[in-house]
Amino acid sequence: MTDIIIAGIGQTPVGEHWDESLRSLAVQAIQAAIKDSGGLKPQALYVGNMLAASLSRQAHLGALLADYAGLRFDDAQHKAGIEAETVEAGGASGGAALRQGYLAVASGLVDVALVVGVEKFTDVIGPDLEAALATLTDADYESVHGLTLTAQAALLARRYMHENHVPADGLAGFPLTAHANGAGNKNAMYRKAIALDTYQKAEPVCEPLNIFDVAPNADGAAAVVLTRRELLPKDFPHPVVRLAASTITSDTLALAERSDPLWFAAAQASVEQAFQKAGITREQVDLFEYYDAFSIFAALSLEAAGFAKRGQGWKLAGDGSIALTGQLPCATLGGLKARGNPGGATGVYQVVEAAEQLRGQAGANQIAGARYALIQCLGGPASIAVTHILEKIGD
Amino acid sequence: MEIPRHWRLNQQRYGLVGEVCPHCEAKIFPPRDICPHCGGEAKTTYAFNGRGEVFSFTTIYEAPTGFDETAPYTVALVKLEEGPLVTAQLTDLGETRPEIGMPVEMVTRKLRSDGDERGMLIYGYKFRPVMR
Ligand SMILES: [Zn+2]
Repeated sequence: MTDIIIAGIGQTPVGEHWDESLRSLAVQAIQAAIKDSGGLKPQALYVGNMLAASLSRQAHLGALLADYAGLRFDDAQHKAGIEAETVEAGGASGGAALRQGYLAVASGLVDVALVVGVEKFTDVIGPDLEAALATLTDADYESVHGLTLTAQAALLARRYMHENHVPADGLAGFPLTAHANGAGNKNAMYRKAIALDTYQKAEPVCEPLNIFDVAPNADGAAAVVLTRRELLPKDFPHPVVRLAASTITSDTLALAERSDPLWFAAAQASVEQAFQKAGITREQVDLFEYYDAFSIFAALSLEAAGFAKRGQGWKLAGDGSIALTGQLPCATLGGLKARGNPGGATGVYQVVEAAEQLRGQAGANQIAGARYALIQCLGGPASIAVTHILEKIGD
Repeated sequence: MEIPRHWRLNQQRYGLVGEVCPHCEAKIFPPRDICPHCGGEAKTTYAFNGRGEVFSFTTIYEAPTGFDETAPYTVALVKLEEGPLVTAQLTDLGETRPEIGMPVEMVTRKLRSDGDERGMLIYGYKFRPVMR
């Protein structure tokens, strides 16, 4: 099969954008990605979004964003906009939208696909925001009992720490690494390293999680343009990065319905499938953009991906393994914790950042000579797991 | 109004009624008609005895709409004696500090009151500590 290329990337800074709307954020990212691709003309738009219907009272984003981004056919016979639809898979919506773009371009039915992830959180605050987020859990058996996403992660963390004798600050290395890396990313929400003692003194949110164990929900949009290698412009200005694998797997929506809640089975399956598809081993991975919406998710994802034995993932955070200079750099531009977690946009940000690493555009955070990037986003506690592998091919 | 949505769940909410798989004998909660263990059809109802122990727990301070008036409250994963885990609030804790492994039993309590639904109250299972 022909190579599917990440031809263009674009992103807005992540943060609290009181002056920007859902549509203005998305259009900025789309325009940046098209420009970065050398002006490729998208034939289809896949929008990754999680909660616009409840947070912005806005569904039907495909039509809205295709129109506002001016995505119309060129020829006089088609006075209409291009194919456009929304993909929703909870927190993995961005990754799932990328998967749809990949399928479209790989099938040959679409030559150039545009994927945009967008989320606008800050129009809603307090209990209404918690209620909107809780719709991502099982309505009949989780949120009706007052469970929230953060509490779900706390339940996992409490049990994990109990079974594996993890000290109270045992997960600190995840946010510390993220914040250290966020300092080098101009699009990150938090750009300041934190000290261990700041973590140790931090206010609890949902014990055993403190504020540093929970990535901040934030506004943002990121976009990528995909095409087949032979369709790249002759003067394509970037090192060529291919999408070597794209997989999605699923698990129970409700955490309680798993026989083994501390094992992210879907995450494991999607990583294994991705390695197989890309024809690489985990030893060849140069960086891992994992889904650290909560510190405990990072630990469980490292275990599911086979980088740590079961129950040992947390140790990689403490011993420097996941730092920029470590064996397996993770969250290289701040991850969800420091870059911020813009819901359905997050999975697209991860891919944009990984593409920057492979192109050599990651500035102070550059992983020298990076060739393979493993990227994973999760919906809920790996109720959906989306894994992508990017590969740099030639210059 | 969401009355039918809640009414449909009365057997589960008040009686912890799930299913037992006729093929592999797994006890299933909530009911789903397809056994998650063997994939066979499982429509035989089974009422759980309501006893179990705390598998994990946490306390929620920033609660969603409908729960914000009762915050803080404690939610748990409860391991039922018959096997399945269930998500529920812990109640009647008094001075008891919950811990992993603590024995609990089901009681019926108000789950939430929803201002948007004109005072509609939803009742269902919670779990309280039992003395050993
Ligand atoms: Zn069965």
